[in-house]
Amino acid sequence: MYMAGKQLLKSELSFPYDEKYVQVVESIVKTKKGYRCVRCDNEDQQLFASFPCARCGRICTYCRKCIMMGRCSECNPLVIWTGPVPSTSFSSPLKWSGKLSPAQQLASDEVCHAIDRNDSLLVWAVCGAGKTEVLFAGINMALSQGKRVCIAAPRTDVVLELAPRLASVFPSVDMAALYGGSQDRGKLASLTVSTTHQLLRYYRAFDVMIVDEVDAFPYSVDPMLSYAVERARKPTSSLIYLTATPNEQWQSEVKRGKRKAVTIPARYHRRPLPVPTFEWCGNWKKKWRHNRLPSCVVQWVNEHLERNKQAFFFVPYIDFLQQVVPYLQQFHPHIEGVHAEDPKRKEKVLAFRRGQISILVTTTILERGVTVPNIDVAVFGAEQPIFTESALVQIAGRVGRSAQYPTGDIRFFHFGKTKAMLKAKRHIVSMNDEARKRGLIDE
Amino acid sequence: MKCLICHDEWMPTMSFAMLLTLRQADVCCPRCRARFIRLEGNRCERCSRLIDQAVCEDCIAWEKRKSVLKQNVSVYMYNDWMKEVMNRFKFRGDYALIEAFRHDVRTVFSKHFSSDVCLVPIPLSPSRLAERGFNQAEAIASLLPLPMIFALRRIDDEKQSKKTRRERFTGRKFCITGENVAEKRIVIVDDIYTTGATVHEAAKLLYDAGARDISSFTLVRS
Ligand SMILES: [Zn+2]
Ligand SMILES: [Zn+2]
Ligand SMILES: [Zn+2]
Ligand SMILES: [Zn+2]
Repeated sequence: MYMAGKQLLKSELSFPYDEKYVQVVESIVKTKKGYRCVRCDNEDQQLFASFPCARCGRICTYCRKCIMMGRCSECNPLVIWTGPVPSTSFSSPLKWSGKLSPAQQLASDEVCHAIDRNDSLLVWAVCGAGKTEVLFAGINMALSQGKRVCIAAPRTDVVLELAPRLASVFPSVDMAALYGGSQDRGKLASLTVSTTHQLLRYYRAFDVMIVDEVDAFPYSVDPMLSYAVERARKPTSSLIYLTATPNEQWQSEVKRGKRKAVTIPARYHRRPLPVPTFEWCGNWKKKWRHNRLPSCVVQWVNEHLERNKQAFFFVPYIDFLQQVVPYLQQFHPHIEGVHAEDPKRKEKVLAFRRGQISILVTTTILERGVTVPNIDVAVFGAEQPIFTESALVQIAGRVGRSAQYPTGDIRFFHFGKTKAMLKAKRHIVSMNDEARKRGLIDE
Repeated sequence: MKCLICHDEWMPTMSFAMLLTLRQADVCCPRCRARFIRLEGNRCERCSRLIDQAVCEDCIAWEKRKSVLKQNVSVYMYNDWMKEVMNRFKFRGDYALIEAFRHDVRTVFSKHFSSDVCLVPIPLSPSRLAERGFNQAEAIASLLPLPMIFALRRIDDEKQSKKTRRERFTGRKFCITGENVAEKRIVIVDDIYTTGATVHEAAKLLYDAGARDISSFTLVRS
């Protein structure tokens, strides 16, 4: 039964399987544009390459995009399971005694409803809303009905955070946590938490697919994720989307009632989301060429150091980060920089949490566990295209998450307001408005 | 353009010098490029190991054992980055990454060797070759415009369990294929030099088959 619910490369199959229940298809197909990868849907011709292949004796084309999951090439087809996928049911496996807020409860009911009817649902929850708990009742119901549940997340650290959390509330359920290098690779469990990449190994396996893409910045939503999700879930299944920042099209579909959605517009601590303020800082790139920073930014840095208040300082590019950190360190040693590929990332994050770093200059949102209480946030060069509406909302979402310190300062230093900045601010304000209307905020 | 390694978009700046020499722009972005460390500075003259001695202890030991390998030249240092890139190139089989090494491989090679040498790539076992689809040593050798001789064959199966008792006992990895190497100047090519056991053994076999003046060239020195 190892093949059940899977699509694997022929080269990965060292075991016998039931021919009756599989279909063998080419993994790389020719199209008008060139090539397409059937496993990951890559059509970017720059991400195909060919080589003299010893296996087929030809110049063989392969997909570079999904190569970390094994090489899809012209001589390496996909073997897809078409037989039945077995199911196991549990009787009310949820062991959790926490309480949901009224907004969470409403969302939780909608999730149950969607799972029961194999429907789609968008859960639009602000950063810090407590969205994982919202899934518990729905997962419980699905597992009781013998359904297979998968939660897909764009990043490994999200999987690593979610899996133990779910294991502790569903102690009797067989689980798989799938990420690069995971022990559970290839497992078909009743409850699965997976990265996008690992999902590429599954085919029509899941009855409930939950996509968690909250806090994804700077990993912009990859079209591969939605493709992998569509292939991995059964044709009749429910699809629950969790996000803090749905894209423009989805937002408008929700407004027009074309897409089923439920919002959690307030945090569990019932205080409004802090709203960003804009501060014009002139042509900072030009200033920086003369090794100077805008005076309002210098002032912001000094103020935080004097008041000893911790802060994130977001910058748009790694190159700039690498220049500006040594510059700032001249004035104060308690300033550090970290970016997504930084090998010392873990140590620096830990030092920041311990309060050994005052200002952390960064290009990324860091692990989700990094909810440092009582911090401020500044975005420098907020007009740069990398700071999309979604990125800015997520960055602002770092502030005021703890009940003890529910407020904080969010500053966008810019050289000309952009649409994205305005939309991000409007987004946050409208969430607060809705929360007030629904009585979810104490003021 | 898209960086060959991290797939990020970047803008190569065409310098006037590059236009004059028609040198190609780099295939990877400056950030990825900066993470490859070329072996420079104080090294063992025999094996390229970064060390303050002229000849390192390992090489003195090889000399005592009358090794016929004249010297080993390597291009890059083995750091975490190199490990990651090699993993993708070799084990995941992303052949296209070879292009990231082309320029440095050619430059370093021509600095140390004349153009009348023949290249002998370290072979893979047939099962490993079928699995991977290509031999990384041959891919590296193919960056150089020089003749290749497939003079060696693997006799161990690279997987311990499949070795016969005799092979395990003798510990031999290769045999000679019979391709003519007599009186030829040979540079053995491999991906990495660690203890050197592989290339020293290969050198001995080639010497016994009549080759003269045998050196080795590897992408990485660990
Ligand atoms: Zn092939
Ligand atoms: Zn692919
Ligand atoms: Zn790069
Ligand atoms: Zn040496």
